[in-house]
Amino acid sequence: MQILFKTRYEDDIGFLVKTGEKVRVGMVLAFLFAAPLFLQTYYLSELSLLLVYAIAGIGLMILTGYTGQVSFGHAAFLGIGAYCHAILISHGVPFTVSVVATMILCGLVGMALGRSASKMHGFYLAIATLAFLILVETLLGEWVSMTNGYAGFAVPGMKILGASLGKAWQQYYVNLFFILLVIVGAANLFRSPTGRAFLAVRDSELSARSLGVNVEWVKIQSFGVSAAITGLAGVLLAHQLSYLSPEVFGVLESLKLMLMIVVGGLGSILGAVFGAILISVLPIVISFLKDVLPPAVGQQPGLEPLLFGVIIVLFIVLEPLGIYGRWMKIRYFFETFPYYRKSSFVRQKSYLKTERLR
Amino acid sequence: MSAPQTLSVRNLSIMFGGVHAVEDVSFDVNPGEVLAIIGPNGAGKSTIFNLISRLYEPSNGSIRYGDADLLALSPHQIVATGIARTFQNIELFEQTTVLQNLLIGRHRHMSANVFTNFAFLPGVRKSELEHRRKVEDIIDLLEIAQYRDERIADLSYGARKNVELARALCAEPSLLLLDEPASGLNTEETDDVGFWLEDIKHDLGVTLVMIEHDMNLVGQVADRVLAINEGKVLACGTPDEIRDNKAVQAAYLGVSQ
Ligand SMILES: Nc1ncnc2c1ncn2[C@@H]1O[C@H](COP(=O)(O)OP(=O)(O)O)[C@@H](O)[C@H]1O
Ligand SMILES: [Mg+2]
Repeated sequence: MQILFKTRYEDDIGFLVKTGEKVRVGMVLAFLFAAPLFLQTYYLSELSLLLVYAIAGIGLMILTGYTGQVSFGHAAFLGIGAYCHAILISHGVPFTVSVVATMILCGLVGMALGRSASKMHGFYLAIATLAFLILVETLLGEWVSMTNGYAGFAVPGMKILGASLGKAWQQYYVNLFFILLVIVGAANLFRSPTGRAFLAVRDSELSARSLGVNVEWVKIQSFGVSAAITGLAGVLLAHQLSYLSPEVFGVLESLKLMLMIVVGGLGSILGAVFGAILISVLPIVISFLKDVLPPAVGQQPGLEPLLFGVIIVLFIVLEPLGIYGRWMKIRYFFETFPYYRKSSFVRQKSYLKTERLR
Repeated sequence: MSAPQTLSVRNLSIMFGGVHAVEDVSFDVNPGEVLAIIGPNGAGKSTIFNLISRLYEPSNGSIRYGDADLLALSPHQIVATGIARTFQNIELFEQTTVLQNLLIGRHRHMSANVFTNFAFLPGVRKSELEHRRKVEDIIDLLEIAQYRDERIADLSYGARKNVELARALCAEPSLLLLDEPASGLNTEETDDVGFWLEDIKHDLGVTLVMIEHDMNLVGQVADRVLAINEGKVLACGTPDEIRDNKAVQAAYLGVSQ
């Protein structure tokens, strides 16, 4: 058991204050940087894709997990990001310029959506974002002169500062660079006033207002940041897919993003990453199961979505805090060993007892 | 801390579905005093607070704090005039820690720029540390250091009440509106609240308006009492005057006059 004596306020602001955290993060980083050395191209591409989905998950997490605004339309930003970037670079715009421009465009579209959504709650917000998604998907399909419609759009190879980065390991490192940037940025956001205002709006709009938080503006900002990051994921996804088609960015993709953050654990950046891991590993496990199960079961056409659904339902029922919540408990168990008590994570309702009888 | 001003409420009225929740209420709160608002449940006390916070739109009347016309402001601009508040049914940020709650309390004094925050530039770090120091002063004042890193969802009712008071103080208000600060607390906790309110009044020089049923607490800290019934002002005076007021006794005890 490690007891941390905090001696400076800096300790609460800093990242990775505990030794255990430093070691864990160091190990993960070492694995990620060395991965191209020992992973086959297929698995490396899967890992690459995982990083892209993790970025998209963090984007949605900022909006839903941290600001409490549900969005079933986030695949639209993935789509806008992918198409905008693909179109720009196919017109000869340099990669870096295109990434910045795409993120700005997605951010602005997100803010516009946020503005119209800032007065809505729950169910209505879900419907509005869904309508937005359908609008964007249709636009991508019908604006043939720009997007080549349902025939699809070939994405030019990745070229940064004149260097061609088409190989799997090269794209992998680009994705790794961007996810680290996004994780650090998002973590920064939530140790500063902007991110705290997001949390305030999520937990109580009433008292957020009374403390000077402009709730409407916070929602617009959160939509903007979230859309820009998801747009960045779209950019990277375009290179990963190398061929874009509007139906990729539909309702199912949106649901996938939503399930990712719910199963991963709402309200934590790590949760988005865990969710992305699950979403990426599950199909591999399922295809493995298909081979080992008797053909009568293994070859059933609906097996994959079924197992997917079952696992997600199990998570929501058994571990509502998601994988992140489970991870916290495991970590807490080791850190406080042998003092761990199961009740540590049971919500206290003890305050009810002191309530005065009227 | 900005200098305390006079809060003047004039002819304030609001209706909910044909019921006058507040009707033609006028009163002043002078700088540095403690005004208690009393009245039976449903009298319209919390509604007065919600009108001052601009959460409700009055049908009539005016509210001024010093030079500021509060009715010309949006709800999130009220705290900038120096008015902070607590809620009857504690409104904390449940899924965040006490420390985060208190830092959000300082929101009005912080500048929230997405880009500098995303990069966590040195200026942001410096400002975070300065605000943290201010928050620690309040943590010491209300003796909540042991809860600093706890999530609100894990706190007891009494601790939550303290944290909500602390959060309001973090805004460095010159006028503090407290909606039943001692309700639901046991006698010990209520005594503590009494001491803290005295400290807040004397040490921080904050003007206080508190809605409270506990007449002992009212007698201990209030300079004046405003009694409300059915949305209207019954009486206003010192705690002793109010206690002896026939109309107030009638409203509370249902004694016919
Ligand atoms: N948002 C609202 N909608 C409808 N009626 C309300 C609302 N807020 C308060 N009221 C009504 O106004 C009256 C005064 O309520 P309130 O100010 O909460 O009383 P209290 O003096 O107990 O704090 C009550 O009759 C209450 O039902
Ligand atoms: Mg009330």
